[in-house]
Parts: sequence; C-alpha cells; structure tokens
Amino acid sequence: MSTHDGKRVAADPRSCQDLAEHMLTFALRAGADGAEVLVRDGAELQVKVRKATPELVKEAGSRGLGLRVVKDARAAVTYTSDFASRAMQKFAEESVALCGLAEPDPWAALPDREEMARATPELDLWDESVLSLDVGQAIAHAKSGEAAAMGFDPRVTNSDGASFSRGIGAVAFATSAGFSASYRGSNVSLVVHPVCDDTDGKKRNGYYWTSSRFVSALEPSEQVGLEAARRTVAKLGSRKLATCQVPAVFSPESARSLLGQFAGLISGGAVWRKGSYLADREGTAVASPLISIVDDPLLPRAPGSRPFDGEGLAVRPNVVVSEGVLRTFLCDVYAARKLGRKSTASAGRGLGGGPHVTTSNFILRPGKLSAKEVANVEQGLLVTELMGFGFNPVTGDFSQGAAGFWIEKGEVAYPVSEVTISVNFDDLWKGIDAVGNDLDTRSSVQAPSLRVARVTVAGS
Amino acid sequence: MSSENRAPHADPGLVYPPTPLDAIDAQLAGRLLGVALSTGGEHADLYFEYQSASDFSFEEQRVRTVGRAITLGLGVRVVRGEATGYAYTEELSEERMLEAARTASQIAAQGKPTAPVALTATKLPSFYPVGELSSARAGEDKVALLRRADAAARAFDSRIIRVEAGFVEAWSDVLVISSEGVMARDRQPMVRLAVSAVAEEKGKRQTGRSGTAKRRGLDLFDESGATPEDHGREAARLAVAMLHAEEAPAGPMEVVLAAGESGILLHEAVGHGLEADFNRKQTSNYSGQLGKQVASPLCTVIDDATMASARGSINVDDEGTPGGRNVLIENGVLVGYMQDRISARHFGTKPTGNGRRESFRQPPLPRMTNTMLAAGNDDPEDIIRSVARGVYAKRFSGGQVNISNGDFVFSLTESYLIENGKLTAPLRGVNLIGNGPEVLRNVTMVGHDFELSDGTWTCGKDGQSVPVGIGTPTVKISQITVGGTRT
Repeated sequence: MSTHDGKRVAADPRSCQDLAEHMLTFALRAGADGAEVLVRDGAELQVKVRKATPELVKEAGSRGLGLRVVKDARAAVTYTSDFASRAMQKFAEESVALCGLAEPDPWAALPDREEMARATPELDLWDESVLSLDVGQAIAHAKSGEAAAMGFDPRVTNSDGASFSRGIGAVAFATSAGFSASYRGSNVSLVVHPVCDDTDGKKRNGYYWTSSRFVSALEPSEQVGLEAARRTVAKLGSRKLATCQVPAVFSPESARSLLGQFAGLISGGAVWRKGSYLADREGTAVASPLISIVDDPLLPRAPGSRPFDGEGLAVRPNVVVSEGVLRTFLCDVYAARKLGRKSTASAGRGLGGGPHVTTSNFILRPGKLSAKEVANVEQGLLVTELMGFGFNPVTGDFSQGAAGFWIEKGEVAYPVSEVTISVNFDDLWKGIDAVGNDLDTRSSVQAPSLRVARVTVAGS
Repeated sequence: MSSENRAPHADPGLVYPPTPLDAIDAQLAGRLLGVALSTGGEHADLYFEYQSASDFSFEEQRVRTVGRAITLGLGVRVVRGEATGYAYTEELSEERMLEAARTASQIAAQGKPTAPVALTATKLPSFYPVGELSSARAGEDKVALLRRADAAARAFDSRIIRVEAGFVEAWSDVLVISSEGVMARDRQPMVRLAVSAVAEEKGKRQTGRSGTAKRRGLDLFDESGATPEDHGREAARLAVAMLHAEEAPAGPMEVVLAAGESGILLHEAVGHGLEADFNRKQTSNYSGQLGKQVASPLCTVIDDATMASARGSINVDDEGTPGGRNVLIENGVLVGYMQDRISARHFGTKPTGNGRRESFRQPPLPRMTNTMLAAGNDDPEDIIRSVARGVYAKRFSGGQVNISNGDFVFSLTESYLIENGKLTAPLRGVNLIGNGPEVLRNVTMVGHDFELSDGTWTCGKDGQSVPVGIGTPTVKISQITVGGTRT
C-alpha cells in the first residue's frame, strides 16, 4: 500500500482498516501466534480567544498504530507512526522479536473466536457538519462565549479565555482472532473561563463547557458564557467553614468525580490485583438502595459509545450496580480469565498500551428529586468542586479538597472554599439518601445530584 | 541530593544512535522558517523530536508485557504579538513539513513576510551526560532489576501479598530552530523504576509505592538508596506500616514537612502561580506582586534546571533557551517569574529557560523544572521537638492548585501524629489544604537538611505533562488544615 498518497483524507475508516489488516498480515508472517492492530487517524482544530483576541490557533492531523503480538504465550505491545510499507514490515518483525523478553503468561492469549463481535452497530457518532467548521467560525464561537461572560456582571474583571475545539477520528481494529472493523466519530466543544477579583484580594475563577458529537447539539455560545460567568460570580466572598460533620450535597459535576473514582473500584483489573476494597464484594450491597449504575456503550450519539470493545468483542450494556447491590465487575479478557469468567466486553485500547478495562458511558441512573429538593437540608455543604488525589482505592479512605456553598434551610447561604471533606468511600456510597433527576450527560461519566447523610468537613 | 562522581562527559554522538533528525540541515530549516514567516509572523520556531521508549511490566513474578514506541514529528509555531499559530506533522517529508509551516502561518494573515536570520548551532550546557544508554544494554539486564525489586519486596514481610514493578527507559533527540537564529540540539535520557506492594492482615489491605526517575543510565540502580532492593523494601515497608494507621485529625494544626518530596508544597503553593503566563494575564494570585514580600523571610524558592541528572533538568528548553537556575522568591520577596518567550517579551525581560512542552504536538508554555525551597538553619530534630501536637508529613501521592486564588491541596500517603515533640501513631491517607501565600507566610522553621526527591514526579498543565523535580528541607508550618475524619 502506498502511504505517500498526497492529499489523504483525514479520519477515513476504510484506509485505517486497510493499514490495520496490512500490519496484521506482517505480524503473522513474522511468526506471531496472535496479533491485534489498532489504527487511529484523527484531525483537530483548537482555537483559544482571550479578551476578544485569538491567542492560539492549532490545527493538525495525527495517525498512529498500536500492535499487540503474542508468541509462545509471551506478549509485546508496540507503537509506530511510520506507515511506509517496508517500515511496517520491519516494525512487525521487531515487535515479534520483543516477545522473547516477556515471560510465558497463560492468560495472555487473544480472545476466543466465538467471543468476537460479528457486526458493527451504527451508533450515530459522526456529524459531517463538524468538517465544515473553519477557523473563522471557531474563533467566532469562542469570542461570543467570552463576550457574554464579560458582559454578564461588572464583577467579571478578567478572562482566562474561551476555547473552541473540533475533532474527528477514525478507529480501525483488526485481530487474528477473526475480526476487523472500523468506525469514525466527531466531537465539538466550547469552554469559557471568566475571572473575578474578590474583595479580599483573591481572584475567583470558574468555567462552564458544552460538548457534543454533533454541532447542532452544542449549547449556544452566549449561554455557555453566561453560565460560566454566573458560576464564577457566585464564588465571590468565599470563606472557610469551621470543622464540622454535616450532610453533603454533590452537584452533578462533583458527583461525576465520585462516580469516576467508583469506576476504578469495579474494574476487573483492580479486582484481581486486590487493588480495590470492593474486590470481595460482588453480589453484596456496596451503595444505598437508591443507587443504580449502568455502563452502556450502545447509546446513540453519546460521548463514550463504541461499537466494539478494545479486543474486538461485541459490546452490550452492563448493569454494574442495581439498587445498591454490586452485580458485576467490568472485565476485559485478561481480567475475566483471572477471575474465572467471561469478559463483559469492557476493554479499552490506546495506541501506546495493551487492552485494559475502561468504562464506556458510565451512568448513575437519575432519581426523581429536583436539584433543589436534593439540597433541601437544614444545614449542609453543597460541593461543586473536588480537588486533589486523596483517595485510596484499597482502603476506601477518601479525603479531598472541596469548594461550594453553605446551605441553610435548603437555601444557598454563602460560597465556601479551602475546606477538605473526608469520609470512608464505602460509607459515602451507602450513606446516599437522595438522588436528583438532573443527570449531566455532557461526558462519558454521567451523574445527577447526590446527597450524603454525613461527611467530615475540615476547615478553620 | 548527593553529587557522586560521574562518567566523564561523553560525546553524545557516540552514546546516542543516529536518528532521522541527522538529516535536518540549516537550508531545509531556512525554507520552513521562510514559509512560516511569509504572512507576517514576528517569530517562528521548529521543534523536531524523535523519541525511543521501552517499558517492562512485571507482576506475579513474571515479565507480563514488554512495550516499545518510537515517535517522530515536527511542531511549527508562528507567533505574532501574544497570538500563536501551531501545526505539527508526524511525517518528515518536505511537502508535509511545508504544509505544517503554512498552516501555522495563518495566525498572521495580513502582514509582510519577515526574513529569518542565519542559523548558528547553539552551544549548550551538559547537565545529564550518560556513559552508556539504558537502551544499549540487554533487555535481560532490565528484567533482572524488576526481579530483584520484586524479591526484596516479597521478602520484606510475610504480609506482602502482591508486588508489581515497572521499568521505563526513554531517550529523546530534540532539535529547536528559531527565526532568531537559534539551532539547539539536545539528547534527553530518562530511566524510571517503580514498585508497588499490597500488604494484607486479617482481611485489611494497604498499599505502598516507591520509585525513582532520573536522566541517567542503568548505573543509577547500582547506587546505595537507588537499588531495586531499596525500592522494593520501601514499597513493602509503607504498605505494612499503613496497616495499623489511625484516622487522622480534622482541622487546622501545626504541620512538619519532611525533607525531600514535601517539595510538592512549593510546586503547588507557589510554583504554578509564578509561571509567567498566568501573571501576564493577571489570573494568578501572584500577579503584580514582584518586589513584594509574599512569604516568610525564611523562604527562598528556586527553580533549577541545572541539577546533575535530575528528572526536571534540561540543557535547553523547548523553545531554544538554555536551562538555568532561577531564584523566584528570595528571603520571602518575589523576585522573578518563570518565563517563556512570549511572556518574557510582555514583561520586557529575558526568557528564563522555562518554555517546555510535552511533545512536538504541543506549543510550549512556562513550566517548572526542579522547584525547591532552599535550606535554612534549623536542626530537623529541633523542628519536630518544637511541636506539641501536629502532623509530620513524609510521603505524598500528588497535589493540585487553583492558580487564581492560590488554594492548593496535597495528598499524604505516609504521615504521623506528633505529640509532645515525638512522632507517634501513623495516620491514614489524608489531604492537606491551604492557600499558597498564607502557608508560605506561616513557615516558621526551615531545616538545614535540603533533599531533592528522586521520585517519579510529573506535572500537568493545559493537558500537557512534563517531568519535574521537587525538593525541600524539613519545614514547619504554623497552621494548615488537615483533612482527617476525627473532629
């Protein structure tokens, strides 16, 4: 195959699949017992505007190939961006030779043929109109978002800019286990970052963003700017709290952060390695009965959707938690074999590494209460931001920086910053006593507002 | 950090294999810069990068996977005022490189062409010579390191139930060429070893980690304190020690930071806030504070890219400025920011060698190298003895800061209660939260025991990761909020 194809089309799934199949042939010819090839080809445009002036215009395409080969039960994982035919052949031979440094691993073999996907469901992940968004339009979106924020309130005194990005990408996967397929996806997003000067000399920053696979589904730029400014101005006058134990209400954004950390606990990779406090808890209550969580790769148009997993298996929704009970861990083939079961088709795959468990659209099912009803506590902390890495998945010790609002009698009393919330993660999930109906669907980890009966707030 | 004897400075051309960058000459660079500046850009630079990396992952007493990656590409940047046009290509054909230069040039759409000046090879310092590249050694040598780390961790205590170890070696060949005539080529090595262990007792589990990363060859792991056994045992020690950790207190208290990796405090509390881009845009809480007292007079904070073979050291930054040693805060007074080219121009000063990028796919930003608090005069034991009730913070998993208001957190993985001047109970993982300027004003004692952490620290900003170093002597902070559960 020629790679000096002049004006090659960016993110073309078919040509990616040809390259993947081509490499597969080279790898098998080089002596691999099994091989998997991932090819990604993408293009991005990113513009950043600050104080109505373009600060960055970045535009580029990128193509890369990840190869996993297994020979005599030994595995190697390699990456290249050189698609010249001779270079590909040499790369395949070197990759197979690398297997000699690994040691036999009975679980390293490729998936069984009968596990492989047989079809590629159409998930509506591609918006042709993303392609026609040019630099000028991107700048206009960013400018109008920033202008709306700056005009919202005289207390918005500065800007950390507004960024508009569009990306397109094709993914092709070919494996000697008997599967080859490709698809493409698009994404557009806008984020606005206003800054306010507070009376104590501190600056307060905030942001709001919109993102979608479809241009038509983006929130209007002005609305994004206004919401960013509203959130930033609301932080003016933030103060610490005295150390206390109170109910905590998590906004959909901070609840999303909790849910993302929960996802790590039910990953088969963490479970067989005993790196999760939930490792021995399948089939038992791990959260309040109000909590149900599903991982659904098949949602049309959703950010985390994928028609097959990172090992070429047919995907399906997996109910992870049902009314508080842990139903299943998410597994790739390796973790499933270690745990003596079948894969849940939850493998992700990056260009730089082998398959590993990833979530697709990881969704905490919304409840019936409005955000206002969830926050209806006598006294408590509404957490809108979490900060830092204070979480130990082995013990569940959770201690992170937080900012948000103090609530009195169900109403926001004043903004709060520079406090820490601490609680054992198991107690946190079991202590949830309200779930909102305000699911935030902008990203691939989706949560509504949550309320936890009691956390320790460390402050002044 | 100790300054051991090093191999004499070898010619990098003899240690490092040839790369595709050997083919880039001044004529080609001149043509690319000409196109980049054809629409009126004031500055353009080319960043060529070749990187070779290998990794070995070890668990369940076997090498589970071996990985290898070669990356190659060119990033083209065109600057006009404070605006940047950026494009990159992974294919170094002249056609593709010219296309990237044209794309980047679009930022300056109406100007007259600017002529680049003649290129001259820039003479660079050599802060990380290696006698032999790790990648030149047999794969079995690296596997042996992992086996030794694993064996030491498992032998440490019968309660160790799992050990994982990983080794990464990488070297980069970078060539920065700018329209001001800079042509700087550097080879940047790195080796990294990390071990993690899980301990179990009566159904309770805990983990510990230890690792190191430096711009060295495999000879690093022969040195006392850096051997695979040292890291294996340290990971195991931490996991076992934390099995009996107690719940930490909640609320403001005195905190003593141990020498070494507590330097993460400097990185988060002041480092990011002193990156010049935030100050140019007036979005940092240190904006407009040059010349003012922003910390206790006991505090001198330095960003130093010149430390021998340190993880954050650079001979040259990613826009062609040689790496340097920059004092940021001197005896509590803010004396300088970390500058890249764009910000230096704004402030009417010189770039400080802090313009760094993750790869050719990203434009450079002001970034830290090795950031540290200079040694003071106090005896570390006296510092601990002076605390009636507080927390002794020894090891950390990471930190984060909000640049605008200076609020920062860092997460402790090993800490102890101090009672009446003595370390007592180990504490469970806990978060510390504070405000950068406030915490630095609350520094009341600084030890004479400066230590540079040899840990595997990586700093993220705007989605770009770069290797950094951190360091500090023992420090006492009179008040910071400890985020425990005991009220």
